[in-house]
Amino acid sequence: MTSTAPLQDSGSRDLSPDPGHTTAHTSEGHGDFRLFGLATFLVADGMTFAGFFAAYLTFRAVNPLQEGSTYELELLLPTINTVVLIISSFTFHRAGKECRDGNLGASRLWLAITGALGAAFLAGQMVEYFSLPFSLTDNLFASTFYALTGFHGLHVTLGVICIAIVALQTRSGGRNTASDHFGLEAAELYWHFVDGIWVVLYGILYLL
Amino acid sequence: MTLANPSDFNGSLQPQGWLRYFSFSLDHKVIGLQYLVCGFLFYLVGGALAGAIRTELVTPLSDFMPRDTYNEVLTLHGTVMIFLWIVPVVNGAFGNYLIPFYVGARDMAFPRLNAVAFWLIPPAGILLISSYFIAGAAAQSGWTAYPPLSLTTPAAGQVVWILSVLLLGGSSIFGGINFIATILKLRRPGLKLMQLPMYCWAMLGTSILVVLSTPVLAGTLILLSFDIIAHTGFFNPSLGGNVVVYQHLFWFYSHPAVYIMVLPAFGLVSEILPVHARKPLFGYTTMVYSIMAIVFLGLIVWAHHMFTSGTPPWMRLFFTIATSFIAVPTGIKFFNWLATLWGGKIALNSAMLFSCAFIVNFVFGGITGVALAQVPFDIHVHDTYFVVGHFHYIVYGGTVFVIFGSLYHWYPKFTGRMLNEDLGRLHFLLTFVGFNLCFAPQHWLGLNGMPRRVAEYDPAFTTLNQVSSVGALLMALSTLPLLINVVVTALHGKPAGDNPWNALTPEWLTSSPPPVENWIGEAPLVTEPYGYGHHQDQPQEVAA
Repeated sequence: MTSTAPLQDSGSRDLSPDPGHTTAHTSEGHGDFRLFGLATFLVADGMTFAGFFAAYLTFRAVNPLQEGSTYELELLLPTINTVVLIISSFTFHRAGKECRDGNLGASRLWLAITGALGAAFLAGQMVEYFSLPFSLTDNLFASTFYALTGFHGLHVTLGVICIAIVALQTRSGGRNTASDHFGLEAAELYWHFVDGIWVVLYGILYLL
Repeated sequence: MTLANPSDFNGSLQPQGWLRYFSFSLDHKVIGLQYLVCGFLFYLVGGALAGAIRTELVTPLSDFMPRDTYNEVLTLHGTVMIFLWIVPVVNGAFGNYLIPFYVGARDMAFPRLNAVAFWLIPPAGILLISSYFIAGAAAQSGWTAYPPLSLTTPAAGQVVWILSVLLLGGSSIFGGINFIATILKLRRPGLKLMQLPMYCWAMLGTSILVVLSTPVLAGTLILLSFDIIAHTGFFNPSLGGNVVVYQHLFWFYSHPAVYIMVLPAFGLVSEILPVHARKPLFGYTTMVYSIMAIVFLGLIVWAHHMFTSGTPPWMRLFFTIATSFIAVPTGIKFFNWLATLWGGKIALNSAMLFSCAFIVNFVFGGITGVALAQVPFDIHVHDTYFVVGHFHYIVYGGTVFVIFGSLYHWYPKFTGRMLNEDLGRLHFLLTFVGFNLCFAPQHWLGLNGMPRRVAEYDPAFTTLNQVSSVGALLMALSTLPLLINVVVTALHGKPAGDNPWNALTPEWLTSSPPPVENWIGEAPLVTEPYGYGHHQDQPQEVAA
C-alpha cells in the first residue's frame, strides 16, 4: 500500500486559487472528483427545475384560466432560440476537444462562438419578453411562464459569464491547458445541463 | 497548498488553539465541532421558545403572551429546532467529524465547500431570530408556512424567514454533495462499500435525500416569496393560484426531511450499540438495504400529510400503502438493534442509556406513525396534538436522544476527557422522564380533539396540558447537568486515552483528540468495524 497522505488533495483544490496544481491528483488511486461533485450539484439544481415543471403542469391541469385569458405563444423566436442553444452545446464540445488536443487558440475561438450563441439566446429572450402581451402578475400562466424562463435565463447568464472566464483562462500559461482543464470541463458540463433543461422547458411551455 | 506536503493542507495560516473554532477552518473535525456547539446554542434558543409555549398552555386562556406572539414563538421554535439544531447537528456535526475517519481519509472531499456550508448557518440563524426585532414581527405561519396563511401574516417577517431557510437549505445541499463525494469517492484504497461503518450508509442515504428534495423546497419558497413581494398568484387562491400545489411541493421536501433527521440517528445508534454490548452489529447487509429502502420509500409518501387537503381517493390509497410499507425496513432495523443487544455484555453507561431509550421512544413514535398513515384515523386527528406528540417522539425521542447518547460516546474522542457518568445518568433520567411526561399526554389531548397551534383551549384539557408542561420543565432542567458536566469535565475531567470504550471503528485508532490530519502516518484499514469476538485481542464478551 502506498502512502495515503495526499488522498484528499484533488478535492481540496475545488475552490483553490492556487495555480500550482498541475499534477498528482490521479497518482494515489483516487481520480479527480470535482466533476463528480458538480454533477451531484446539477442533480440538485435539476430537482429545482423539476419542482417548477411539476407546479406548472399541475397548474395547467387543475387551474384552467378564465375565458379569453389564454395566450398563444409565438413559436418562431423560441424555436430559433432552441436551435441556437443546441448548436452552442456542439460548439462547446468542439472547444473542449480542441483544448484536449492542445489547440488552445482554436479552443478559445470555439468558446467565444459558444459565448456569443449564449448571449444571442439571452437577447432573443429579451426580445420575446418585450413583445409578449402579458406581464408577470396578469394571471397564473403568465407568472409561471416568467418564473420558469427567468430562472432558466438566470442559469444561461451564469453560463455565459463562466464561458467568458474559461475563454480568458484558455491560453498558454493559463489555467486551462491540454492536460489540466477542469474549469473548461466544468463549464461544459454545466452548459449541457442548461441546454438540456431548456429543451424540456421548450417542450412543455411552448409545444404542449 | 502544495500537493507534495499534505501537512500544509489545512493551511499554516489557519489559527491554532481555541481560536480555530471561530475561523474559516478547513479541518473536518473543527467544522464538526463548530456545527455541534452552534447547533446546541440554537437548541437552547429553541428550548426557551418551547418553554414559552408550554408556559402559555398551563392555563386555557392566552394570558402569558399575546396570540400573535404565540404564533411567532411556535413558528420560530419549529424552524430553529429543525433547521438549526437537529439537521445541522445530526448531519453536519457528527457527519463531518466521523465520516472522514470511517472512509479512511484525512478530510472531507471538498473542505472549502464544507467550511462555506457551516458558515452559512450562523448568519441564517441570527437573521431568523432577529426578524422578531428588525422586521417588526417574525413569521407567524408555522414552520410549514402554508399559504394563504403565510400570505396574510406580516410580510417582512415571512420574507426574512424564507431567506433564512433558503440559506440553511443551501448549506444542507452543500453538505450533502460533500458527504456523497466523500463516501463514494474518497474511500481509502482497499476499503469496500460493504465494509463501511453503518453511519456511512446512513449519511449516504440521507445525503441522497438532501440532494433530491431540498432544491424543491428552495424553488417552492422562491415562488412563495414572489407571491409575497411581487404579488404573483402561484399559491394565492384569490388570484387564481393553488394552495395544494404548495403543500405537495413543500412535503416533497419536508417528509424526506424527517428521514434527513432520523436516518443519521439510526446510523449513530448502530455505532454505539455494538461497542457497549461487545457484539457485532446484527444483520449488517439487511441494515444497508433497509436504509436504501427507506430512502426510496421516503420520496414517495409525502401526500400522507395532506389527507384532508381534498386529496383524491386513489392518492389516499397509494400514499397510505406506501407509508405503511416504511414500517417494514424500519422494523428490520429495530429488530437488528434488539438482536445486537441480545446476549451481549451490556455496559449501561450514559451513551447506552440514551441509545436504548431511543429504541423505546422510536418504536412508540413509529407505531403512531403507522396509525397516522391510515386515512380514517388521520382525518380524525389531523392538526391535533396527536400529530405534535407523534412528531416529537420521532425527532426528540428519536433523534435528540441519539444526539445526547452520541455526545457521551464521542466526547472522549472530541476532547480527550471522559464526561462524568453520575451527571450523565442524572441528565438521562431528567430527559427521559421529562420527555415522556411532556409528549405522551399530547396523544390523549389530540384524540380528544385539542387542535395544535392555538394559544387557548377548552378548559376540559387543562390537567393533561399541565402534566405536559411539568414534563417540559423537567426537560429544561435536564440541560443543567449536561452543561455542568461539559464545563466541569473540560476543567477536571478524567483523561480518556485513545480508546476508552475498546472500540474497533477507525476514529478510536488515533489519539484523543486526533491530530490535524487524523493519523500520524498511514490511515488504518478497518474492514471489520464490528468484529467484536472475531479476534483474539478483541474478545466478544457474552453474558452467561
